[in-house]
Amino acid sequence: MLEVILISSIKVIVVVVVLLTGCAYATYMERKVLAFMQNRIGPNYAGPYGLLQPIADAVKLIFKEDVVPDNVERLTYTLAPMISFVPAMLTFAVVPFSSNFTLFGYEITGVISDLNIGILFVFAITSLGVYGILLGGWSAGSKYSLLGGLRASAQMISYELSYGLSIVGVIIIANTLSMVELVEQQSSIGSWFIWKQPLGFLLYITCAVAETNRSPFDLPEAESELVGGYHTEYSSMRFAQFFIGEYGNMLAVSAVATTLFFGGWQGPLLPPVIWFLIKVFCFMFFYIWLRATLPRFRYDQLMNFGWKVLFPLALFNTLLTGLWVLWLGDVLFGG
Amino acid sequence: MLEYLAIIIFIVAGIGIVLFTFCFSRLIRPANPYPEKTINYECAEIPQGHSWIQFNNRFYIFGLIFVIFDVEAVFLFPWAVAFGQLGLYALIEMVIFITILFYGIYYAWRKGALQWV
Amino acid sequence: MNLDTIVFLVSAVVAVFSATMMISQRNTVASVLYLILSLLAQAVLYIQLSALFLSAVLIIVYAGAIMVLFLFVVMLLNLRGNQDLGDKPSPVSRITKYLVSILLVVELVFIIRGIGFDTGTVGIMTLAADDFGSVAAVARILFTNYLYPFELTGVLLLVAIVGAVVVSKREKSYETPAGSGNMPDDRKKVEI
Repeated sequence: MLEVILISSIKVIVVVVVLLTGCAYATYMERKVLAFMQNRIGPNYAGPYGLLQPIADAVKLIFKEDVVPDNVERLTYTLAPMISFVPAMLTFAVVPFSSNFTLFGYEITGVISDLNIGILFVFAITSLGVYGILLGGWSAGSKYSLLGGLRASAQMISYELSYGLSIVGVIIIANTLSMVELVEQQSSIGSWFIWKQPLGFLLYITCAVAETNRSPFDLPEAESELVGGYHTEYSSMRFAQFFIGEYGNMLAVSAVATTLFFGGWQGPLLPPVIWFLIKVFCFMFFYIWLRATLPRFRYDQLMNFGWKVLFPLALFNTLLTGLWVLWLGDVLFGG
Repeated sequence: MLEYLAIIIFIVAGIGIVLFTFCFSRLIRPANPYPEKTINYECAEIPQGHSWIQFNNRFYIFGLIFVIFDVEAVFLFPWAVAFGQLGLYALIEMVIFITILFYGIYYAWRKGALQWV
Repeated sequence: MNLDTIVFLVSAVVAVFSATMMISQRNTVASVLYLILSLLAQAVLYIQLSALFLSAVLIIVYAGAIMVLFLFVVMLLNLRGNQDLGDKPSPVSRITKYLVSILLVVELVFIIRGIGFDTGTVGIMTLAADDFGSVAAVARILFTNYLYPFELTGVLLLVAIVGAVVVSKREKSYETPAGSGNMPDDRKKVEI
């Protein structure tokens, strides 16, 4: 019993440390790739190729003065960054990052917690992510913050629906909600779920980008009209927590996409963890690529797109998958 | 139950990191507030009035519609899991269910409730 | 005391404590936050009863959707923390409040006495199937035994949508305020 708890604790600590490092280096990757795409150099002073830049940023943020405006709601102002930080990380509690392996004679599973409601857990955690932003925007007492927070939350709830529905197709095919079983069912490239759910994947990735408030859906932070959006009045460590939350969300969404559509840690030759990381960072690259390519939506376009295009399409995809599975079952087993 | 214990450990670790970074930075960072610094940022203007204004009630309407369809989405998850066992029967049930709700979204659409003005 | 009991005690205490705090807070946003905390603690209790699907639904629908709506309403109504929420209640309404509360307490006591600590309930629990409360089990029952209630839920949701649309329409079709006759006419046409 104690042994099991100890092993889980160590796994949690390792995952959290890797996650925080991943967030830090995602910012580095974003700046470097964006610079490359815009014909600039990007960060290159701290360390070789600017590789120490994230550490320099972290140290700077820790040493920065924490400016709290006069008319904030103290309690919610302090809680909001924390509320946005914890759910962002919590998704990784159910994402399998490796196959089972043996270390120092202990059999260790490649996931922190193999819930049999894994996908529902992810969906539930995603639905809690809106609070940090909404409360942060509301409590700061600035008009920019309030507008940014409201916009972000309305956007997130609108796309959360299609986000959830786009996964249903995968569940119909796989017949399970457990993330570990999903990965096991995609053992070769041919059995990746993206081939069976192309529309579902497109819907998922669109909603995921909107859900994490990233370009071209980054209206909550539209700097030309809203300054910084919901985190305008945040500085120092509080700002850093919002920031890590945002990048943590991006990583989480990428990890879930990898698990649902691209076979998770499955892959030849290289160790499973490496495959998992490669796939996740391919998604991160895609995120940055989108940011470098696409212009920002207008807010009414965004809401119309979410409700009038994505949501009906997601429902359609669900029924289509159901029909397809039934028809396939008839063909395979002769009715 | 052990699976859920791991999640509780994860939550505790997450909260622990948040509190630790926050308190650690509080110990070493400078604190030098003065009235001009703690004014809300409004592009170098002195802010007029509080930010808690009455905002567009569209946000509320979309929240309401979202709650309704969220309930629908939640019903789809168990349906998808049991689909393999229930087969055609379940598909027909879900087609009826979705059609009823699709009529709802069509109605909202036609009445302009999904239009962001 | 084993681990299950500890988890149960902690989450039960959190649930009750935050529910109490929710009622006693004057700051409306804080009371919404306490309600969310209470719901999360209740979700843990559901998990302990191995009602996994219900706990997920509790978080997704209640904590994740309805509470967002509550926050919108609180922010829309712009209720300040220490604002007085209206006139002093009349003595009649105060007496009715106390009466109803006492009735509720008495009822609760009777209910708890009726079922509490009776070994019969434990017997029911052990009779439950292995996959009791799992998503697949819920689905099997929902889509066979409880088919009509399920489809009726669809109709109920449809009615709710119509209600939401009507509410939004009533608030949109404003009349020109008295004394401000210079409202351009085409502005009304934009609103459907």
